[in-house]
Amino acid sequence: MRRLLTLLLLLPGLALSADGIPPLPTDLGNADLPAMQRGFAAFQHYCAGCHSTHYQRYNQVATDLQLSEAQLQSSIVTDAKPFELMENAMSKQEAVRWFGMAPPDLTLVARVRGEAWLYRFLHGFYHDPKRPFGVNNLQYPYVAMPHVLQDLQGLAEPIYKTETVDGRSRQKVVGVGAAQGGQLSAEAYDRLVRDLVSYLAYTAEPMKQQRQHIGLWVMAFLLLFLFLAWMLKKEYWKDVH
Amino acid sequence: MSRLLQWLDERLPVTATYKRHVGQYPAPKNFNFWYLFGALSLLVLVNQLLTGIWLTMSYVPTVEGAFASIEYIMRDVQYGWLLRYMHSTGASAFFFVIYLHMFRSLLYGSYQKPRELLWVFGMVIFLVLMTEAFMGYLLPWGQMSYWGAQVIISLFGAIPVIGDDLALWVRGDYVVSGATLNRFFALHAIALPLILVVLVFLHLIALHEVGSNNPDGIEIKKYKDEDGWPLDGIPFHPYYTVKDLVGIAGFLLVFCYLIFFMPQGGGLLLEGANFEAADPLKTPDHITPVWYFTPFYAMLRAIPDKLGGMVVMAMAVGMLFVVPWLDRCKVKSVRYRSWWHKLNLLQFACCFIALGVIGLMQETMLLKVIARILTLGYFGFFVALWFYSKREPTKPVPERVTFR
Amino acid sequence: MSDAATDNGRRRFLAITTAAVGGAGVAAASIPFIKSWNPTLRVKAAGLPVEVNISKLEPGQMIRVEWRGKPIWVVRRTQEMLQDLGLHNDKLRDPLSLEPQQPAYATNTTRSIKPDVFIAVGICTHLGCSPVYQRDGFSGQMEGIAAGFLCPCHGSGFDMAGRVFQGQPAPLNLVIPPHRYLDDERVIIGVDEEIG
Repeated sequence: MRRLLTLLLLLPGLALSADGIPPLPTDLGNADLPAMQRGFAAFQHYCAGCHSTHYQRYNQVATDLQLSEAQLQSSIVTDAKPFELMENAMSKQEAVRWFGMAPPDLTLVARVRGEAWLYRFLHGFYHDPKRPFGVNNLQYPYVAMPHVLQDLQGLAEPIYKTETVDGRSRQKVVGVGAAQGGQLSAEAYDRLVRDLVSYLAYTAEPMKQQRQHIGLWVMAFLLLFLFLAWMLKKEYWKDVH
Repeated sequence: MSRLLQWLDERLPVTATYKRHVGQYPAPKNFNFWYLFGALSLLVLVNQLLTGIWLTMSYVPTVEGAFASIEYIMRDVQYGWLLRYMHSTGASAFFFVIYLHMFRSLLYGSYQKPRELLWVFGMVIFLVLMTEAFMGYLLPWGQMSYWGAQVIISLFGAIPVIGDDLALWVRGDYVVSGATLNRFFALHAIALPLILVVLVFLHLIALHEVGSNNPDGIEIKKYKDEDGWPLDGIPFHPYYTVKDLVGIAGFLLVFCYLIFFMPQGGGLLLEGANFEAADPLKTPDHITPVWYFTPFYAMLRAIPDKLGGMVVMAMAVGMLFVVPWLDRCKVKSVRYRSWWHKLNLLQFACCFIALGVIGLMQETMLLKVIARILTLGYFGFFVALWFYSKREPTKPVPERVTFR
Repeated sequence: MSDAATDNGRRRFLAITTAAVGGAGVAAASIPFIKSWNPTLRVKAAGLPVEVNISKLEPGQMIRVEWRGKPIWVVRRTQEMLQDLGLHNDKLRDPLSLEPQQPAYATNTTRSIKPDVFIAVGICTHLGCSPVYQRDGFSGQMEGIAAGFLCPCHGSGFDMAGRVFQGQPAPLNLVIPPHRYLDDERVIIGVDEEIG
């Protein structure tokens, strides 16, 4: 069994789980700065047209992700100024007309849904001609948005399984096949997804690094204080018999 | 300095008050681990008051502004995230220490004569604290805030005759709305904290009037030396101030670890769904209250009747109020009481914790049955206590406290 | 209760050390409470430089813009106003702008970069009200002077270069904010040098 696992880990490329979505990367969410930078650029390019991240400011992202003025300017898709909140270009009425609902703000989506959910969502699109945009999603069935990254990933066909409920057999989608016709290889698309998830995880809680940094000092201080208080208590309680 | 103190003492009992409540307050010398939680709940109260005052400085109590103002605090206000995490983690910490503090009283019979009023004050504090927490939870105006409040307020609707009007009156609207948010904010930030501080004051005064109980459940006032000082008592300061300091340091280690390294606490301290702004048209898929309410919530869910569920939930808290009169045993501490009592306490604690866990889980038929059994166990504690405590076989209680 | 073997020196040392470390902890814990009162990112964003287009500003006209929450006046002075500026130096507290109420490049007779365009913070130096622009009819307040600014709160008067008249509560001339012309038509208020 162990040998089989090792073999699987050594397999080149992406090992796919049973439903056709790559297994969760173990380092999801612990991304490095370049990944978050790439994720930010990709988000602004592919997502920010429809999705706002309007609890966050452009210049905050620029500071945290160490972006240059030029990198920041090229990522601003609206006529917003760098210190402004990251609104999207589309009005709510237009959005409702096109998609039936306003695309949700994504500042906090990583805290609402979790990083694993996002990873699987971005890998979960499959071909479904019955849906208005011709796609459906394994992680989020009947999602109201098109597959924006379809040109990059290509389109996957669903994997069906026939199951019997109350004596009637029904076809149910249980997985996605390999995507066909995309500009990116499976590995490159997976990297893009990871970058996007890293950036969304960052923007959901931009203070995370500062928090953990301060936390270490606080812990060290409290250990010292605990030691001193303990010594003091022992000293005084010598009196009590 | 001493002349200033003298000047003050002639006008205000500064020294006398200090001596009575700190410097020469006789505390039994055999306090154990369980006796830390009183001091800790005071510490958490101060934390909640301070961070709460600071949060109101940037919080906007309107439907349009509430959710965004929380993120504004988290991102734009310097160290706002820390103040917010201290407050949100503090809410859970408050219930954690209060539950242990209450269980301590049950273990050592600290509610028995002459401490009945002390216990009742404590229970009123617990009630106010639950209201405070419930109202505070609405303020971030996230999905959980909104739908949690909607569900709990709708419970009032179960009351016969006046129910619906009462729920309407509490909300000030047909659904939870800006009117509800505004009044909850006023109560959470001003009225209830004021009441809480007064009650804590009364709780402490009542405690110092009758004197502290201890793990042996005996009155240290019985044996005094020629100066009138209890033989088993030691001055609160310095002995318990330094001991509490150790407890505080230990508590802060855990508390700060949560704040700095897991502020969401795996969804127990801050729920994921609450990072989505309230949407009155869409209920989240899984809606559960915060962990400290789940034992009562599980009982509510287990009862297949709207009014019945509410009555059971109210009774679950209400029964605790009358524990001093249900327990008819003369021996206080669990150390010298019967196996019956030990087992009863144990099953009570287990039922409470298990109900809490079930309340966090998605309901299934099996869980519903288990929850009903556990609810019986919870109420069985009180019934059994009343019956066996009258003629309970107890061990002989020592005259003096046991120490080491 | 007391013990003969008590080591008072050790006890004092531990008590003082614990108190000192604990005190340092409390001091450190107060930092977030103190720092949270600093201007937030939103406030700072509102305090960023503002750009004003003056191409449509007619002689004698004033427009107000907001910078750091304060009213900034932009006035295009008429030839007449400019000529009058030199005539009443004896009635002013600080006619030569010796007090540092303006950047170096506005320390001149018109207190401006371009002679006709006057840019000032419209806040009285007395107690913070915003004076009223009196394009004509100022002579009712200050004899022989046609135009100026009058503070409605305590009656301080300022001339068309924001200089305060004598015998009035306001101690100093109006503040000239840092500003810079991007070109003939556009001026940016809040910065004087090129931003990096």
